[in-house]
Amino acid sequence: MADLKTQLMAEFGKQNLLDAFGELSLNVDSADIVKTCLKLRDSFFFDTLIDLCGVDYLAYGQSDWDADASSSGFSRGREIQSDENTHEQRFAVVYQLLSVSKNQRLRVKAYVDEAQPIIQSVTNVWKSANWYEREAFDLFGILFENHTDLRRILTDYGFKGHPLRKDFPLIGEVEMRYDEDLARVVYEPVSIEPNISVPRVIRK
Amino acid sequence: MAEIHNYTLNFGPQHPAAHGVLRLILEIDGEVIKRADPHIGLLHRGTEKLAESKPYNHSIGYMDRLDYVSMMCNEHAFVMAIEKMLEIEVPQRAQYIRVMFDEITRILNHLMWLGTHGLDVGAMSIFLYAFREREKLIDCYEAVSGSRMHATYYRPGGVYRDLPDKMPQYLESDFRTNKELAQMNKNRQGSLLDFIADFTEEFPKSIQQYDDLLTDNRIWKQRLVNIGIVTAKRAKQLGFTGPMLRGSGVAWDLRKKQPYSVYNQLDFDIPVGVTGDSYDRYLVRMEEMRQSNRIIKQCVAWLKDNPGEVMSDDHKVAPPSRVAMKDDMESLIHHFKLFTEGYCLPKGEVYCAIEHPKGEFGIYLISDGANKPYRVKIRAPGFAHLAAMDEMTKGHMLSDVVTIIGTQDIVFGEIDR
Repeated sequence: MADLKTQLMAEFGKQNLLDAFGELSLNVDSADIVKTCLKLRDSFFFDTLIDLCGVDYLAYGQSDWDADASSSGFSRGREIQSDENTHEQRFAVVYQLLSVSKNQRLRVKAYVDEAQPIIQSVTNVWKSANWYEREAFDLFGILFENHTDLRRILTDYGFKGHPLRKDFPLIGEVEMRYDEDLARVVYEPVSIEPNISVPRVIRK
Repeated sequence: MAEIHNYTLNFGPQHPAAHGVLRLILEIDGEVIKRADPHIGLLHRGTEKLAESKPYNHSIGYMDRLDYVSMMCNEHAFVMAIEKMLEIEVPQRAQYIRVMFDEITRILNHLMWLGTHGLDVGAMSIFLYAFREREKLIDCYEAVSGSRMHATYYRPGGVYRDLPDKMPQYLESDFRTNKELAQMNKNRQGSLLDFIADFTEEFPKSIQQYDDLLTDNRIWKQRLVNIGIVTAKRAKQLGFTGPMLRGSGVAWDLRKKQPYSVYNQLDFDIPVGVTGDSYDRYLVRMEEMRQSNRIIKQCVAWLKDNPGEVMSDDHKVAPPSRVAMKDDMESLIHHFKLFTEGYCLPKGEVYCAIEHPKGEFGIYLISDGANKPYRVKIRAPGFAHLAAMDEMTKGHMLSDVVTIIGTQDIVFGEIDR
């Protein structure tokens, strides 16, 4: 791995390479993603794209512990709410690469803008990116340019919204029932309330 | 009158050969597949979103429900990712138990695959034989975790409890004579390890039976040989892992190449195919069952000789013993904090993969320092395999689609998540 690290540093610059928990992670400018991936495939022998996923950094580092919750709910032992969202952009696309021939792994990360979450598709580099990109589009609304078939994949036909975004409620937005009068299935706004059983807490 | 060439056929989502809720839109010319468009997501439960809203330990149960025929392997990847971030030591005995149950799970998965794959292409009896053996292994699951399917047995820091000293026995009933009862309980007189040891002695004979039934069977070969050929190069392009990749002749197995747990201390071989067709993948999986049996044997021998702890003594992650809680304030606090709030992971991200029976099962975990994961991405092997459905079925006959679904060994719990 040390070899790979030095080679990657020489190629992509020291500040872009992260080594944590024994894993290498490379930050890439989203505009260069295809160029970088081609280079990683052809010169660094990353022949397989193991996984591709979106990440939404909207709520990064936020906890559920409310400052004046002593009257309403969980209260004592409150830690100072950290606001350390160091991610300059809201979305990221993460590529997990595997080199079967060299037995190496690499994670590539490209941030995309919230206003225009668009990134070039890597389907021409690795065929397996096809469905993964569809999934990232479906769940996060990240658009992949030059993808030939960017349809929803996991959610229902006619689904609205992108469910893995942090501002999409866990309970969803609509519920479905069979209406006897109309003799068809109808969608209505959810009738249940969101509920946190264990608060999210960040301890130092 | 215009001549119609291609037409579309809807296959599923309720079709016995679809292995769950797969909907395929097939574009067919006569009986030849021109295009296959799988529609998935009918079993989407939002596991990743749910995991983000819960403390880490609450999500172990969700992992069982991903690939619901290889439950403990899913758990293994998840707890390993947590352990990697927390940098905690797992006791050796727990690691051996995990590996043993991973291999039991592999046999469970492959038996399920063999049975249903056989059923799909017209071999009825193999299904019944495969389930005969599965029953014994499911009993092991039950003995160790109390549940026959969704075990939630692996925990960060080890496993929930040590292996039981006694194997549960069949009870008297009006429907069986005492002689039959004694026969049924014959291999259940000792501990769970004795029961598993007995199984490993018997299982090679069962595999031999399956072998006799299928391997040289004319119909079986007509249905499998040269169906769904994937070359080694394409397999890597398509993100194949596990038996799907090995069937194409690539000797890639995480247990050997990137050994985790105690796999580097065990002796086993990795079977590979030659042509990359469905028949080769069948042979690879059959051999994998034999190898798993070998691993289980070694684990049983080790576990019999080495009693010890099965859970880490880091009480920030693993609960203290009930006895200690009675008179030790520290233990009581640990217990309370662990079960109300859970534990926080350090900031950062890891990707942790294991050799799941179906391929590489990975957990990509991002933590922002909270007691809940910030993002969990589950890398399901079946997802990449099913994505290649179009390429694999193109030019084949309609009946071969069923073979290819079978050979991919897909389970919708993990694909739809």
